[in-house]
Amino acid sequence: MWRYFVPAAAFVALGALLAFALVRIGSGKLDVHEIPSPLIGKAAPAWVLPSVLDPAVRVDSHALAGKAYLLNVWGTWCGECRAEHPALLELARSGGIALVGIDWKDDHADAVSYLRQLGNPYQQVVADDDGRVAIDFGVYGAPETFLIGADGRILAKHIGALSAAVWVEKFAPKLRAGAGS
Amino acid sequence: MSRVLAVLLLVLLAGRALGIDTETAFTDPARQARYEQLIHELRCVQCQNQSIADSPVGLASDLRREVKEMIGAGQSDAAIRHFMTERYGDFVLYDPPLRARTLFLWAAPVLFMLLAVGAAVRVIVRRSHAPPGPDPEDAA
Repeated sequence: MWRYFVPAAAFVALGALLAFALVRIGSGKLDVHEIPSPLIGKAAPAWVLPSVLDPAVRVDSHALAGKAYLLNVWGTWCGECRAEHPALLELARSGGIALVGIDWKDDHADAVSYLRQLGNPYQQVVADDDGRVAIDFGVYGAPETFLIGADGRILAKHIGALSAAVWVEKFAPKLRAGAGS
Repeated sequence: MSRVLAVLLLVLLAGRALGIDTETAFTDPARQARYEQLIHELRCVQCQNQSIADSPVGLASDLRREVKEMIGAGQSDAAIRHFMTERYGDFVLYDPPLRARTLFLWAAPVLFMLLAVGAAVRVIVRRSHAPPGPDPEDAA
């Protein structure tokens, strides 16, 4: 009896585990390519980068401190960024949070015409030409969005396109918790 | 003859084109060896199944540049690995360190090996003690 039951039970348990993971992947709850960031809860890396719209202006991340903001890493070469752009505009319009854009390894002229054409959701948008700031943030693909708290800590990170749902479910609760602490 | 030479030359050049990072980063062989070692053990987080030595994507070349600059600045291998894991987590290492979180990862092969050996020993012991004829458990 046991010699049949144990292998059968082991097989069913393994099958259930695999099915569970497959369902989670299928429903979009689990992304096997997503790498958890070790930076969550830590102070956001500091940077000084030139503004995309006015290259003569250099923006210092310290000047952004004191208020929470979303740091969105994007590029005109990135298709998903174009897909999330309406959601960024909507977030900016709602006035709930300021958006800061990092244009990652991009052509400046392309970036300017992209923002003119599609609208500019960013309070500040800066150019990271050599990708050093992106490395400091552990960015490995665009778009990636970081929620930076008023105290300058990284409260949350979203990999992939931002949406109203991501804002409500992932970022807004962290922002409330961060403001309370 | 010149055609043969031209073909030969093309083949040789094609070989170089296949390598992503053909130029040597350092003239000092010890530093070059450390560079090679490090870029082969760091995973390209963007493509995820290649080392940064083998990947042609932009981020991999940026990370190779960081490694090169840090070696040039006299930083240790441990400091460079720390720089990478601080930003990208243990995932960036093809050889993840033994920690509480990675214990199962490291122990699993040994565990499965022991299970297999245990099962094999049981079967052999039972077979050698069992009287000839049909398996008693089958009869039960």
